[in-house]
Amino acid sequence: MQSSAFLSRKEMIGFALLAALIFIVFPMMLDSFRLNLFGKYLTYAFVAVGLALCWGAGGILSLGQGVFFGLGGYCMAMFLKLEASTPENTSIQSTPGIPDFMDWNQLTELPWWWQPFYSLPLALFAVVAVPVVFAFIIGVAMFTRRVGGVYFAIITQAFAAILTILIIGQQGYTGGVNGITDLRTLLGWDIRTDEAKTTLYFVNGVLLFAVLFAAQYVRKSKLGRLLIAMRDQEDRVRFSGYNVANFKIFIFCLGAAFAGIGGAMFTLQVGFMSPTLVGIVPSIEMVIFCAVGGRLSILGAVYGALLVNWAKTTFSESFPELWLFGLGGLFIAVVMLFPNGLAGVWSEKIEPRLLALLGKAPADKSAPDGAPAE
Amino acid sequence: MFADYSMAELGAIFAMQGFAGLILFSVFVLMALGLAIIFGQMGVINMAHGEFMILGAYVTYLMSNLFADFMPALFSMYFFVAMILAFIASGLLGLFVEWAMIRHLYKRPLDTLLATWGLSLILQQTYRSVFGAREVGVSIPDWMMGSLPLTDLIEVPINGIFVMVLAVGISLAVYIMMFRSRWGKQVRAINQNRVMAGAVGINTEWTDRLTFGIGCGVAGVAGSAFTMIGSTGPTAGQLYIVDTFLVVVFGGAGSLLGTIASAFSISQAQSIMEFFLSGSMAKVLTLLVVVGILMIRPQGLFSLKLRK
Repeated sequence: MQSSAFLSRKEMIGFALLAALIFIVFPMMLDSFRLNLFGKYLTYAFVAVGLALCWGAGGILSLGQGVFFGLGGYCMAMFLKLEASTPENTSIQSTPGIPDFMDWNQLTELPWWWQPFYSLPLALFAVVAVPVVFAFIIGVAMFTRRVGGVYFAIITQAFAAILTILIIGQQGYTGGVNGITDLRTLLGWDIRTDEAKTTLYFVNGVLLFAVLFAAQYVRKSKLGRLLIAMRDQEDRVRFSGYNVANFKIFIFCLGAAFAGIGGAMFTLQVGFMSPTLVGIVPSIEMVIFCAVGGRLSILGAVYGALLVNWAKTTFSESFPELWLFGLGGLFIAVVMLFPNGLAGVWSEKIEPRLLALLGKAPADKSAPDGAPAE
Repeated sequence: MFADYSMAELGAIFAMQGFAGLILFSVFVLMALGLAIIFGQMGVINMAHGEFMILGAYVTYLMSNLFADFMPALFSMYFFVAMILAFIASGLLGLFVEWAMIRHLYKRPLDTLLATWGLSLILQQTYRSVFGAREVGVSIPDWMMGSLPLTDLIEVPINGIFVMVLAVGISLAVYIMMFRSRWGKQVRAINQNRVMAGAVGINTEWTDRLTFGIGCGVAGVAGSAFTMIGSTGPTAGQLYIVDTFLVVVFGGAGSLLGTIASAFSISQAQSIMEFFLSGSMAKVLTLLVVVGILMIRPQGLFSLKLRK
């Protein structure tokens, strides 16, 4: 059932279609404002792809992906903020050369942990490293003690709450509830212009495909099959001599790295980072992106992120009071009616009909990776 | 930092702070009891728990208005009627939710979590549409206002004492239901071995539904009690959900005593640290310590030995 090729023919078509959509259709159809908006949606797709690996394949539901998204985003934002806070730009402050919110909070010098973010390579390294280190600490503590399932979900959710309270409380160091705003240039290149935003959109798309290929590589590798085995029968894998905790830690860290990259691209494209993207609510919404797309499908995760966010923007523009009903209904519907999400609807309902229309014999009925575990 | 205070004043501060901690403790106990029943006994993650509480709070709000308008003579007693109605309203909604949603998802706990989160969003928006986005306050009967002077320096608010008494009363009621009633025996039997419980003639489906309903009803009573010390808004429930889950998990799911012990330690830690640090840092430190302890001891403070 699992072909040895990196991409089966069907998956190749799927990747090609998504690439066409992201690199050709969207840029041609959308004006620069909407394109930037879709770029923002695609940054959530990084998180959703990570979740498809952790949750769909590995059965580890993290309700704290916003933490990693936020950490990546904040690392990027700190670099951009330092670049924007040159002594010339901030000459009206009582201490020129430090970010404005620090000045408002009576700080007179830059905290030591902000210092590394003067350097772009270090900041880019931190975008991936900080979320991964966090995920590693959480993962080692939890998985080696065999905490899983709902307990893991609750504790990761607690981390999302803790980080939000911390960021909001430590206003002078983090920008508080407003976050880090007023970001201007990246190495002298103005990121606020339309051209810059379009360029960033394409960079984002390329990075997303890099992440998708990495995820596909994991799925096709032995690790990918072990993950699914662990999800369904953890003890059997353990008794076969595998160290289950190490695989879980790895996949959790990988998901965190993806989320961190997504967060950094969010900061670059949207131009700010704030605790509203870190907390419990965004973290659980990120799970729904993945669930809508189909928790087993990495391409589905991208479509899920696009679709849910697009619906959110559209609905909350025209019927703000209906959106929460819609989102709530979506949570329930996806769980009760379409547990395999869009990808499931596609492979179970649409594809067989399409093939029948084309006069081909239906493909084998077996689901791609088996049904989701309990 | 204590140099400015005399000994008597310091004692009074600690006593008052301790009392504030006790009120927080009562609040945590009230919130966590319903969840301890649902999560601890059934293993169901109900992310809409906060919204069931808020339903109770809104029922109380409606009752207070109703009594004020039509039966002002009985106003001082309205709260007890409201509490019973809150239990019934939240309980009925709980029964319905179990029937429509939860029972299909018992084998998929993570999916229950997502579905109940969706339910919580829908309920929040419903409250917002019906009662408005602004927080509403309940008019408290006269006998609950003011405070009781214990000494010259120490004063305790009466509504705080009332909430504490209520917390003790409801804890006792839950204890009796759990360990002395037929229903409680059935719930515990199902928790230990569902198949065998069914085999000896327990209607497991109905017991599950009733358990969920009672858990939600207790949440409603908790919400009703909250109106005595704070105001109610559509999203108030979401603020408490993480704390509540941590209280239950920290105490050891399945142990009522553990839930109460963990509510006590978390609330006291938080309110004592609040005196030394800012409110947000106290909260962060408390949560971090709780999460840290959970990482070392995932089964919580008090764990029941169960064969899985």
